[in-house]
Amino acid sequence: MSTATSTAAGRTGTKPATMAQALQRALRDSLAEDPAVHVMGEDVGTLGGVFRITDGLAKEFGEDRVTDTPLAEAGILGTAVGMAMYGLRPVVEMQFDAFAYPAFEQLISHVAKMRNRTKGAMPLPLTIRVPYGGGIGGVEHHCDSSEAYYIATPGLHVVTPATVEDAYGLLRASIASDDPVIFLEPKRLYWSKGSWNPEAPTAVEPIGKAVVRRTGRSATLITYGPSVPVCMEAAEAAQAEGWDLEVVDLRSLVPFDDETVCASVRRTGRAVVVHESGGFGGPGGEIAARVTERCFHHLEAPVLRVAGFDIPYPPPMLERHHLPGVDRILDAVARLQWESEGGLEGGSV
Amino acid sequence: MVSTRTGRSTPVMEQRGTHQPTPPPAWKPRTDPAPLLPDPEPYRVLGTSRAAEADSTLLLKLYGELVRGRRYNAQATALTKQGRLAVYPSTTGQEAAEVAAAMVLQEQDWLFPSYRDTLAAVARGLDPVQALGLLRGDWHTGYDPYEHRIAPLSTPLATQLPHAVGLAHAARLKGDDVVALAMVGDGGTSEGDFHEALNFAAVWQAPVVFLVQNNGFAISVPLAKQTAAPSLAHKAVGYGMPGRLVDGNDAAAMHEVLSEAVRNARAGRGPTLVEAVTYRMDAHTNADDATRYRSDAEVETWRAHDPVALMERELTGRGLLDEQRIEAVRQDAEEFAARLRQGMNADPVLDPMDLFTHVYAEQTSQLREQAAQLRAELDAEAEAEAASGAEQER
Repeated sequence: MSTATSTAAGRTGTKPATMAQALQRALRDSLAEDPAVHVMGEDVGTLGGVFRITDGLAKEFGEDRVTDTPLAEAGILGTAVGMAMYGLRPVVEMQFDAFAYPAFEQLISHVAKMRNRTKGAMPLPLTIRVPYGGGIGGVEHHCDSSEAYYIATPGLHVVTPATVEDAYGLLRASIASDDPVIFLEPKRLYWSKGSWNPEAPTAVEPIGKAVVRRTGRSATLITYGPSVPVCMEAAEAAQAEGWDLEVVDLRSLVPFDDETVCASVRRTGRAVVVHESGGFGGPGGEIAARVTERCFHHLEAPVLRVAGFDIPYPPPMLERHHLPGVDRILDAVARLQWESEGGLEGGSV
Repeated sequence: MVSTRTGRSTPVMEQRGTHQPTPPPAWKPRTDPAPLLPDPEPYRVLGTSRAAEADSTLLLKLYGELVRGRRYNAQATALTKQGRLAVYPSTTGQEAAEVAAAMVLQEQDWLFPSYRDTLAAVARGLDPVQALGLLRGDWHTGYDPYEHRIAPLSTPLATQLPHAVGLAHAARLKGDDVVALAMVGDGGTSEGDFHEALNFAAVWQAPVVFLVQNNGFAISVPLAKQTAAPSLAHKAVGYGMPGRLVDGNDAAAMHEVLSEAVRNARAGRGPTLVEAVTYRMDAHTNADDATRYRSDAEVETWRAHDPVALMERELTGRGLLDEQRIEAVRQDAEEFAARLRQGMNADPVLDPMDLFTHVYAEQTSQLREQAAQLRAELDAEAEAEAASGAEQER
């Protein structure tokens, strides 16, 4: 377990960079470092991607390295599989969460299984970048939280950054990984800023390590990606109500860092899992089960979930009712059976 | 026309005469010259005047491969009856396309077979026991794909085609002389991945040859229910690549057309779609009952156009096939089948712990826990067996 420095605190000599800039820099550094790295997808070349994450890369590295493909996600991922078979390290962009679905057969039947199918002879070092989640006023098919589909597929790593530093470090690590990685980019955090210094990029974070974003004694909020800043905000607001909340940013759903999560819950004795994805069949159910199985005797209350409703993603004008917000998180914290402990200070510290 | 603002009127004729309509930008075809439509009739060599030009050494080699391929199909089918194979999708009747696909490739090239194409893999040099590993059930791919440059047999239809395109594209980017030949059936041409692979290949001018074996049926569904295209080879035109329609039972024609397609790919002239018109003489697999969807009369018509018999007729006509030669070829096929039987009759040694070894480069803590659980179960099982053995001895 490690405790991260607050991302909001600026370091001297650094200017704020956005997550989008950090992702672009990670791609650029990977392309520059390893000639096997190829970036491919819809509009990633001349345009620089619809979110400008690949801005300038085609110009710098040429269209053979940064390729505008035909508009066909199964074809993009399927050809990337073939490129990886030949020793390249493709980084595929799926333009939006819901646009990745045509590639699911390639993903589930080949990408996830090729190493295992060939007893390790044919690993596929592929990174699949997927902008995901809501909160940007996007219309239908542009706001899905599709992580549950990916984590249910053995053979894939599933990673998602919540800070500018992690966006750089985790993407570098994903591209360097010899396994396929689903790299979920919280699109509403693309323009979030951090003290990340493009002149001295952050060390590459290993995949599979959660991080405690905020230490606290009363309860643990377990979260990832777009919900991390919401949980941080909720933790600040909770102070006024007498709760000192710990926030764990998972960073990687697969592999799952049981150690960091359970160490936190054993300290606080209470936990709420927070994510945008629907609750039924969502990652929160798995996390709650894992925590309960491993930390039962430390728990003062059932592990609760604050998730998106089990509905198709709402239209932009209604999405605020769907997304887990500070109030809904605090309502859940309030339901963690404090009364039976006789005070708000509860928890088995 | 009177302006409501000024009350002034403008002569209509003057208005019209002041500007010429701009013509739209000139349209031009994307591919110039456009690829030719495929031949209306499947291309044939054997039994036609073209046969005279065919090289005897090549024909004899093809014949040897055909006979061996036929024997392989018979042996694999027999192994299903003996319970040694879980299932076998036979290519009896399709041997010409299968062996030609393997023979036209050079060592550095890649073959992308579908689940039915174990014969092509074997003809490329893969140990048949390894080729049948998937169907025996000991592991999903029984071979190292890099050893003979044969991609894992692909069960999901047409999904291996984009892999072939990506691999060929990657090789070309690296400046390597590599052609990929990808195999698919008539049913597979209805899949989206077929379309996407052909489109990517043409856009990238990737060195790929797509070989469709139109064997008449996708399990039970005949071609008429898969497509309204005049032929599957016609589909190539829409992608801007040449399409060739070939008699898939004519090994000489298959070899010639595939060789040309491979040559073109190697020379940087892009992909080709080849449709081999053939017939699946056996049911889809041993688990299928073909009498439910096709008549014996239809099967008999195709039996008269058998790929092995076609070649025998040509070689006999040339005076190249005496009793001695036939016996030598038969003997080779028998020895091949005996080796396959022998390999298949040996029980594979399996380690259940392999289930956890290759999921990721490095095991996750979750898989380590699950592996430990299985290990404990296996140990308990072994202990119980040992105890029961000791009990019986007493």
